[in-house]
Amino acid sequence: MYEIRTTELVKRYKKLVAVDGLSLDIQQGELISLLGVNGAGKTTVMKMLSCLTKPTAGDATVGGFSIIKESEQVKRLIGVSPQETAVAPNLSVKENLELICGIHSFSKEKTNAKITELSGQLALDSVLSRKAGKLSGGWQRRVSIAMALISEPQILYLDEPTLGLDVLARHDLWEIIRSLKGKITIILTTHYMEEAEALSDRVGIMKNGRLLAVGTVEELNRKAGTDKFETAFVAIVKGAQV
Amino acid sequence: MRMMTFAKRCAKEVLRDPINLGFGLGFPLVLLVLLSAIQANIPVDLFEINTLTPGITVFGLSFMTLFSATLVAKDRESALLQRLYTTPLTGIDFILGYMLPILPIAIGQTVICYLFAIPLGLEISVNITYAVIGSIPMAIFNIALGLLFGSILGVKQVGGICGALLTNLSAWFSGVWFDLNLVGGAFKKIANTLPFVHAAELEKALFKGNFEVVPSHILPILLYTALITVVAVFCFLRQMKKQ
Repeated sequence: MYEIRTTELVKRYKKLVAVDGLSLDIQQGELISLLGVNGAGKTTVMKMLSCLTKPTAGDATVGGFSIIKESEQVKRLIGVSPQETAVAPNLSVKENLELICGIHSFSKEKTNAKITELSGQLALDSVLSRKAGKLSGGWQRRVSIAMALISEPQILYLDEPTLGLDVLARHDLWEIIRSLKGKITIILTTHYMEEAEALSDRVGIMKNGRLLAVGTVEELNRKAGTDKFETAFVAIVKGAQV
Repeated sequence: MRMMTFAKRCAKEVLRDPINLGFGLGFPLVLLVLLSAIQANIPVDLFEINTLTPGITVFGLSFMTLFSATLVAKDRESALLQRLYTTPLTGIDFILGYMLPILPIAIGQTVICYLFAIPLGLEISVNITYAVIGSIPMAIFNIALGLLFGSILGVKQVGGICGALLTNLSAWFSGVWFDLNLVGGAFKKIANTLPFVHAAELEKALFKGNFEVVPSHILPILLYTALITVVAVFCFLRQMKKQ
């Protein structure tokens, strides 16, 4: 069953084509990575699928709802962890989580239960009472993911979740993302090949707004005639007539 | 419910920012003490405590612009707003959520100014209550102006424009620091077309019980407040769409 289906999705900013005719089906419970260098259009895809920006042409359905005509319904299904740190800095971690629960009209009991659950899942207990703005980049990303998860989304968007993190913080976050696999549908954007390879069920390779190839890491390696994913990525991106 | 959750968060962000609070609440009080000290040594009618305090409360309200503009600009730059735009919060939830929590802070600041001035010699009367109530339209004007600037400027620009330029302009054009008649000419005309001097005169009139002049001062303030609120809502919704 398809959770997300994009049909000839286009986004233009004046003369710049940020996303160029993206057609992609994503299955329920799948983790798909959109991989590409800066300016490939990954974040723009994410913004369109989370109803932050309207497509110039084409459409997409998220959980069966159109991102153009039914954005309110779409917003009830998704959780988003943006690329930049998106926490309320003067609020404690707990208050940040309570904020999202309140926005989703959770009862006090449900709010407390969700905070307890996610604190355990993401090992946030030790920082719950600390101000989010005072935490390290790695911890802020954890909080950001917790904020995206606390509304019990069917679909989770992670935009460059490990950008700028040290290797240990990155691996910690990978573990958290792995623990979510299969439970919810996840779209992850990254320009780290090892991240896409380590986490994804499928990888979509983008360049200049176009989806050049999509498949499992093995399929993409086979397509490029190599057994190294980095080599496959370079071959696919360099071989594209864009 | 959703709006209130967001409003509570905004109140916490403002109240937990020590620099904001220090300047917004502390600076007007420091000025009250300093200008009262000057008045004690070199008597100037303008700095007489019963005239000065209503003017200082209007000056203090200009910091509400800084509070709301900084809050909105920071949220935009940190991508927190981007995250919140993907939730069921609506445009009106955001606008009220940003504006409402700063209003009690503004009223609180005005009350503190009047209370602080009592030991400095301010007359105690029921008119203080009227003056506090009368400050509400100007408080809304300042908060809406902050929403407007926060929607179109970055954090650094907001600091410069709302923190330095606007607070000074509002002080100069309010006639609190000097008598506008002494400058006269174009300066006085400009001051009279802006809301600041009307706000200061309204406060003085309410505090001194000169209620007959209230309509002539409150009308321009209400017009400016309505105009700036409409423009602020438009600019906020526009940047929300531009996401």
